[in-house]
This record gives sequence, structure tokens and C-alpha cells, in this order.
Amino acid sequence: MTRIFGPPLLSLRFVPVWRRNLLVWRKLAIASVLGNLADPLIYVLGLGYGLGSILPEVGGVSYVTFLAAGMVCSSTMNTASFEAMYSAFSRMHVQRTWDAIMNTPVNLDDVVLAELVWAASKSFLSGLSILVVIWALGLSSSPLSFWVLVLTPLIGLTFGALGLAMTALAWNYDFFMYYFTLVMTPMMMLSGVFFPVEQLPAPFQAVAAVLPLRHAVELARPLLLGQVPAQVPLHFAVLLAYAGAGFYAAMILFRRRLLK
Amino acid sequence: MNGVALAAHNLRKRYDGQDVVADVSFGVAPGECYGLLGPNGAGKTTTLRLCLGLTDPDTGSVVLMQKPVPGEARAARLRVGVVPQMDNLDPDFTVTENLLVYGRYFGLGEGVIRDRIPQLLEFAGLSSRAASRIQALSGGMKRRLTLARALINDPDIVFMDEPTTGLDPQARHLIWERLKQLLAEGKTLVLTTHFMEEAERLCARLAIMDRGRFITEGSPRELIARHIEPHVVEVHGDGVMGWADGEAAKLASRLERSGDTVFCYATEPAPLLASLSSGEELRYLHRPANLEDVFLKLTGRELRD
Repeated sequence: MTRIFGPPLLSLRFVPVWRRNLLVWRKLAIASVLGNLADPLIYVLGLGYGLGSILPEVGGVSYVTFLAAGMVCSSTMNTASFEAMYSAFSRMHVQRTWDAIMNTPVNLDDVVLAELVWAASKSFLSGLSILVVIWALGLSSSPLSFWVLVLTPLIGLTFGALGLAMTALAWNYDFFMYYFTLVMTPMMMLSGVFFPVEQLPAPFQAVAAVLPLRHAVELARPLLLGQVPAQVPLHFAVLLAYAGAGFYAAMILFRRRLLK
Repeated sequence: MNGVALAAHNLRKRYDGQDVVADVSFGVAPGECYGLLGPNGAGKTTTLRLCLGLTDPDTGSVVLMQKPVPGEARAARLRVGVVPQMDNLDPDFTVTENLLVYGRYFGLGEGVIRDRIPQLLEFAGLSSRAASRIQALSGGMKRRLTLARALINDPDIVFMDEPTTGLDPQARHLIWERLKQLLAEGKTLVLTTHFMEEAERLCARLAIMDRGRFITEGSPRELIARHIEPHVVEVHGDGVMGWADGEAAKLASRLERSGDTVFCYATEPAPLLASLSSGEELRYLHRPANLEDVFLKLTGRELRD
């Protein structure tokens, strides 16, 4: 029992597992970066300029500028979620890569930690590539926008941990569709990615207040606009709390599944 | 290395109220090849997982390479190689990359691993395939690479879960030859199998498992001598059942029927053979008893899936 519910046993043995994922990524790096860019770019250009051209200012700035911050957050969220769900599930269940690794001195806890750190690493790369586009389009010119690079791996840890908990429960890829359609899509609508949360009815605003993506957006948007965000410790604490709780839940679920 | 390489004591593991492994105790000496035989679902793989510390026993204890498992399983596994039942080579990597990445999991330095790779590729007969992708390998090549991968840390003991299942005879014989080579180098092997020929060729000692329990343990010859008559006459053809009920029942010490074949077990086969040569329509095969006869006697002939 202690083995199932005990705190995660973390060690540096996770590093070779992280390097394994990095080596795979390097083989497909160009396609991966293009994939990271295409989706947010389509939204920023399509919605931002298309929809933006018929909208007045949103939140005091042009719509495309408003949307850019939302896209940084939702794209890093998506990157971490995909990595922690589809890719990790492939390695765990389809390719049995985890089984092979656990026959060595690397423990399950190390493997799960490696997957989490890897998801956060990919989030960072995804966030960086979008930021480069934002800077190139002139949508943000403040030095404060560099702080978003610190934020992206934190978003990655949060949604990577939640995604891993889903993976621990999944028996096929279809399972992840529930999470995407029932959790992630509504969260994007409620978190101020596409429009200000203040547009929502009061009960929805109350829900939005506890969503991790909302807190990520609350940090990213002012930073891109060159302002210091309000309540920085609160937003960090919420993201870290989701990351910690998600990781611990994932750990328990993976142990029950794989060490029984 | 002194003492025992692996000692399991009174292992028990239950899933859903059913014993998958029950009262299993055994020891493996350094340099020995020890076999776990049993039909599908006998508990062989679970026993291996318990020995490696990949799952906790409900009761009982394991000492692997002088380390208590699961307590110090990580330290124990530094000295262990594992060939799993299902191939789980990394499909995104080449042959060489598979070995390199696997060596890192043991904390080995890049230089140490790169020095070992050529020897391991030669051992596996894959020297010309170093840069091949895994998808381009045949089943036999994949198995050999999996064996080479299990040796990347130069282990003292290698666990193999059905190492030749699904291979053609050529590939199987090559694996057997390599395993004998490892034994000659002084490595300890623990393997599960349901190929009796494999067990007879490789294992100094083996245990037959069924329904989670050890039924018997010993060298292949001891098991044959202990459990079964030395001669077997397999008989089939029209009228075989009548012959079995009549003459054979008197001449053989034991009879087994399977489909339309009668297996006659005897210490002295001459009277049986004489009886058969007078009956024209019966066809027969006379052979020495082997491990498979022991296995089938102890675990029964009905299907297990």
C-alpha cells in the first residue's frame, strides 16, 4: 500500500529517459516545430486579423494582440497535453517502452517524472516558437514578454501532469477525446483565450477563477502588453498546485496499473 | 560471486482473490541455467516480475544478487539483464541507438557503452545491421538484438521470458547457441519456456509450474526418472481403442489417450512391441520418454488459454 500511495520517489535516473525522448524528437524536429507553429499561427492570422478587422478594440488593444497571449497559453497547454497523453500512451501501452526501461535500474516514478519534464520541455519549445512569431509580427515589443518563456514550462508541467493522470486511466486513444472535448475545449472558452472573461455570465466567471488556463492567461497577457501582472504569486501557486496534484494522482494511478 | 544468485522464499501473489503464484521457493546458483516450465497462465511471468521487484509479493521474500527485492531492487537490477516476452525495442531508433539509449538507463558512460556495442552486435550477428531501423529486422534479428540489449550492462544474471517463442527453427537454434555461450562465460540464466526441448538442452535444473505452484523441481533427467517410465509407444490407427482396452492395458504400466492416439508408458517395451507387430492396421512410434511426457503427465492434456 505504501508503495502505491507513497510520495513520488524522484531521482536523477529520469534524465536518460528524458534524453531518449529528446533523441526521438531530434529526428522529427522540423516537422514537430512546424506542427507547433501551424495551429496557433492559423488562429492568430485567421481569427486575429479576420475577426479582428470587424471588431473594435478588445481589452484596450487590437484583437490580434489580445488573442496572441491566449494562443501562447492554449498552444503550450495543447502541446503538453498531447505529449502526456497520445505520445506517453504510445510509449507505455503500444510500444511497451516503459516496460523495457523498468527492467533497468530506472523505476516507474523516474519514468513518469521524465515524461512530465519532457512534456514541459516540449511546451517550452512550442511557446518559444509562437513567441518568435509574435515578436516578428510586432504584436509584442516589451522586454517583459521574455518572462513568458519562464511561464511556458510551468504551463507544460501543469497540463503534462493532468494529461499523465488521464493516460494512467486510458485503455485506448479514443479515451483522450473525452478529456479534450469535455475539459480542454470548455476551459479554452472560459479562460479568456478568445475573449475577456468579463463577457461571461457571473457563474461562469466563478468557474473560470479556478481553471489553471485562466491563471496562465492572467500572467501571459499583461507580460506581452508590457505590464507587470497582478497577483503573480497566486497565479503561480494555482498552476503549481494543479501540477503537483496531477503528478501525484498520475503516480498513484500508474503504480496501480503497472506495478500490480 | 559467491552464495546464490537468486533466492525466492515462499512467494505468494494474489489477483482478484486468486493465487497467481503460491508457495514458490527456489534458488539459483551462480553460473547455473534454471528453467521455469508451465502452461500458459501458470504464473511464470509473474514469478519473474516478483524476482525483479517489478511487483510486490503478498508474502514471501526475494534476494537477487545479494540484495533484498523489492527493497533494493534498483541496486539489484544494475547487475541484471532482462529479455522480455514481448519485443519492446525502440521503433524510432536504429540498432545501435537502441543499445546506446538502453545503456544510459544503467548510468553507464557514453564511452563505455560505445566500446561495448561492436562486441554485442557481433554476438547478436548484427554487425552489418548497426544502422538499420528496427522495422527492417526479422523476428529472429529482433530477438537477438533484445538479447544483446540485455547484455549492455555486462550483467551477472540474465532473465529471459520465453526467449524463443515465435521464432523459426534456425533462429531458435542460434539463440540456444548464444545462451550456451553466455553460460560458458559464467553468466547465470533464468528462463521461462513451454518448449521442452529448450529446457532439456539448456537447463541444469528446472521447475514445472502449474496454477501458480511448483509441482516438481530437478534436472531434466531426474524429472524423467522420477515421474515417468523410460519408454513410450505412441499408437494410432483403426481399432487402437480396442487394442488399448485389451492387450495394452495388461502390457503397459500406464496408458493415456489423446484424440485417436494412445500413449503407452512402459519400463519394458518388448511385449508391447511384439503385440503391435502382430496387429497389422496399428501404426506406432517407439521412443524414449522425454520432458514433454513428464510435463503432460503433471499438468494434464487439456488446453489452457
